[in-house]
Amino acid sequence: MIQVENLHKHYGPVHALDGLNLTVEPGTVFGFLGPNGAGKTTTLRILTGLARPTSGRASVAGIDLASDGRTLSRRIGFLPEEPAFYSWMTPREFLDYLGRLHGLPSLERAARTKELLALVNLDEAGKRRIGGFSHGMRQRLGLAAALVHNPEVLLLDEPVSALDPSGRKEVLEFIETLGGKCTVLMSSHILEDVERVCSVVGIIARGRMLVQSPRQALMDRYAQPIFEAEVTEAASARRWAEMIRIQPWAAGVVVDGEVVRVTVKDIAQARREMLASAVAQEVLLRRFEETRPSLEDVFLQLVNKEAVQ
Amino acid sequence: MNFFIQLRKELTELGRTRKFLIVAAVLVVFGLTSPLIARFTPDLLKSIPNMPAGLAGIIPAATLADAVGQYVKNMGQFGVLLALLLTMGSVAQEKERGTASMILTHPVSRLNFLLAKFTALGIMFAVTTAVAALCCWYYTLLLFEALPLGPYLALNGLILVVFLVYISVTLLCSTLVRTQGAAAGLAFAALVVVAGIGSLPRIGDYFPGRLFGWGASLVLGTSDPAWLALGISAGIILAALAAAGLIFARQEI
Repeated sequence: MIQVENLHKHYGPVHALDGLNLTVEPGTVFGFLGPNGAGKTTTLRILTGLARPTSGRASVAGIDLASDGRTLSRRIGFLPEEPAFYSWMTPREFLDYLGRLHGLPSLERAARTKELLALVNLDEAGKRRIGGFSHGMRQRLGLAAALVHNPEVLLLDEPVSALDPSGRKEVLEFIETLGGKCTVLMSSHILEDVERVCSVVGIIARGRMLVQSPRQALMDRYAQPIFEAEVTEAASARRWAEMIRIQPWAAGVVVDGEVVRVTVKDIAQARREMLASAVAQEVLLRRFEETRPSLEDVFLQLVNKEAVQ
Repeated sequence: MNFFIQLRKELTELGRTRKFLIVAAVLVVFGLTSPLIARFTPDLLKSIPNMPAGLAGIIPAATLADAVGQYVKNMGQFGVLLALLLTMGSVAQEKERGTASMILTHPVSRLNFLLAKFTALGIMFAVTTAVAALCCWYYTLLLFEALPLGPYLALNGLILVVFLVYISVTLLCSTLVRTQGAAAGLAFAALVVVAGIGSLPRIGDYFPGRLFGWGASLVLGTSDPAWLALGISAGIILAALAAAGLIFARQEI
């Protein structure tokens, strides 16, 4: 449904995209992860026709962006990171205006407007001017605007970044329900959100796709086991970390105050030797646990590896 | 079809944001006061205390030409200024605020996006100029005599053409840049250049400002046609719109 091949975008000497490849299958909720400045927004702007690539090819819903940008707008819905509206309009008027642009008949427009405002919890604010809306209300209205014509492909740039926890939960649950009905490409730097709703994940850094894979396959392939320990003194945490770092079973050690996080290559050996090393170093433990690696761990591992290279 | 949806939105915006009302109020004030100022300026001058003997006698009485001249001068200055102020942010502001990227991912062609703005501003200035002209005509009738209707309509038509020239050039400036401030600077620079060239002897006869003189001469019965200036004005409007359309079509939003 979305196909990107060797996409480059240069802004003078800055290479925002540097040979990006991306494939999103129909009906997938695709999580597009990357640190700030990785090229997520640039990719979405190219896919919506707002920007043009320096080189490379991209197609959305079978439409080659280089050849037919106008037909594209009828097939996609786009939510920018900071959606902007005409402050003098009400949400009802704005959705009605977009419905007109998409050629929806009057009755269908009215019904769709009502349905969408209820969906994003703005039905009570439907007649208020958008100018007085909070950031979160604007983001919810932006989502409704992207959905007004039931698009085949939904491109969401940080769709829940401005929402409060309950709003985030609702919107993420809604996005999750879209899986199978519509293809969703959702950019985010909030890994927990991507982990919650996306079936496929792509990690981008410095304008290149580091990895693209179904979420579980990615976790199985990249997520190394992690031990987390909380000790009584920061100094002993640092001393112990130095000791662990030279062990053959340790892949990486991160110290955060009194907390030591250890990524391991050989979990069996680590289970045997880690506590023994704490005893040998006379480190007093408050907590010690083997944790399930999160998408964040995979993300940091891949992005840090890319940064080192 | 989507052009008319955009036009409807633009006209509603001009109404809701009170821009229509502001332009109407300013132009109506100048429409009303132009014949008043022309009529009473000599009387005001004569009433100045301790005026040297004989001076009051040489101040000429107000004529219809003074009323028409005052109207043309006021509309030329304040109308053009309003055209610039209301057009300069029309595209740049939408790019700056992000509404352009929000709307242009829906089925609106970029050309229709621009043309709807130009048409809406043109309609606003046409309507407000008509109201101002009616006010001026009525007060001129009360204070002087009836203005000949046909030539007076032609005068206001020519004034509108000048407004459209500045609207189209300012729209081009607004398309070229990303911020309202930059659009304002560019639009005022364009105004200075056009007005500067227009004030040059001989060359100025072919510039839009010459249309004011032609319109006034039509009303006063001393026809001084400037068809070439009218043609050049139409050419500027079309060229500015075409350039804005081509640039905007290729521009990254």
